[in-house]
Amino acid sequence: MAEPARTIEIEVLRYRPEQESEPVLQSYAVPFTDDMSVLQGLQYIKDYLDGTLSFRWSCRMAICGSCGMMIEGVPKLSCQTFLREFYPGKVRVEALSHFPIERDLVIDASDFIGKLESITPYIMPKEPRTLDQGEYLQTPAQLEQFLQFSGCINCMLCYAACPQYGLDSKFTGPGILALLHRYNADSRDGAREQRMDLVHTEAGVWSCTAVGYCSEVCPKGVDPANAVNQNKTASAMDFFLRFVAPKGSAK
Amino acid sequence: MSARRPYVRSMDGWWRRDPFFVRYMAREATAVLVVAYAVVLLIGLIHLSQGQAAYEGWLYALRSPLAIGFHIVLLAVFMYHTWSWFRIMPKTMPLILPDGKRLSPTLITGAGLAAAAIVCVSLVVAAMKVAA
Repeated sequence: MAEPARTIEIEVLRYRPEQESEPVLQSYAVPFTDDMSVLQGLQYIKDYLDGTLSFRWSCRMAICGSCGMMIEGVPKLSCQTFLREFYPGKVRVEALSHFPIERDLVIDASDFIGKLESITPYIMPKEPRTLDQGEYLQTPAQLEQFLQFSGCINCMLCYAACPQYGLDSKFTGPGILALLHRYNADSRDGAREQRMDLVHTEAGVWSCTAVGYCSEVCPKGVDPANAVNQNKTASAMDFFLRFVAPKGSAK
Repeated sequence: MSARRPYVRSMDGWWRRDPFFVRYMAREATAVLVVAYAVVLLIGLIHLSQGQAAYEGWLYALRSPLAIGFHIVLLAVFMYHTWSWFRIMPKTMPLILPDGKRLSPTLITGAGLAAAAIVCVSLVVAAMKVAA
């Protein structure tokens, strides 16, 4: 059954480096139905109104982490946010805050990707095992220590929510520190000491001032603020323990 | 030659962009008044070390309308400070896993606020008993 056609105004922050020196808002009138996401609204614009509009997307179901943008000033996945929430008002869509804009809604994520690589985001086994020795065993409590932090989809909404990252992008930032914690908190992993070298620095956990907005905007319930602040305690403990039991470079 | 020209947006006035940031800045600002009250108490301690007359003088100064007004403002600010502090607490703690499940943040915040309330009431009651 065809629904009555409604039209919503979508305001998009455009930036085409070859023709604009700074971003400008452009409005589009988009017909929509109740089940249409903001992403689908943008796809309508690209298909029928203005083929020059650029934005990233892939899975349409909050798994890939590609379509994060500022929707009415709040970092959100556009596939998960519905146009009906804003009707009859208009909805303003901008590129994720705190990242350089490459073009329109596409941001330059190279800083994030570089940081992701720097934390060895995989398990370095504490005790290497052969296949004959069987699987690594974990108790439910050991699993719980890292499980929620493993839900990160690298969508970078937490970076757009973190003013400390916006003010100084040297800060490693919430998402990467949560992933770092995901591996450090895993009982199978043996590379904690190596990752802690990064945690201890000012670019590590100590640039966080517990704003806490990162955890509010996370679409996967990861709670990066908790990961970062658990590591402030861990970093402080390491600092004091080195006087008691020196190891590594403190020896 | 690359046609890339990434545009970096300004952070000017960032804390006014979202109500969440305004509440965060308010929380941080209350810490300044916490320090201010610590200074008031420190002055009292110095007066105490200077003998009874000096201490009585400090107590008398606290009874001025200005001092009472200041304390009423401080009370309101401290209550906001306490609330905001216990609200962020679940995010700053190691995971507590009774029965293998994460303790709910609401429960942690509630327990903190309840503990603060109990301590405050006990202190007031104790002070009144001493005064009586």
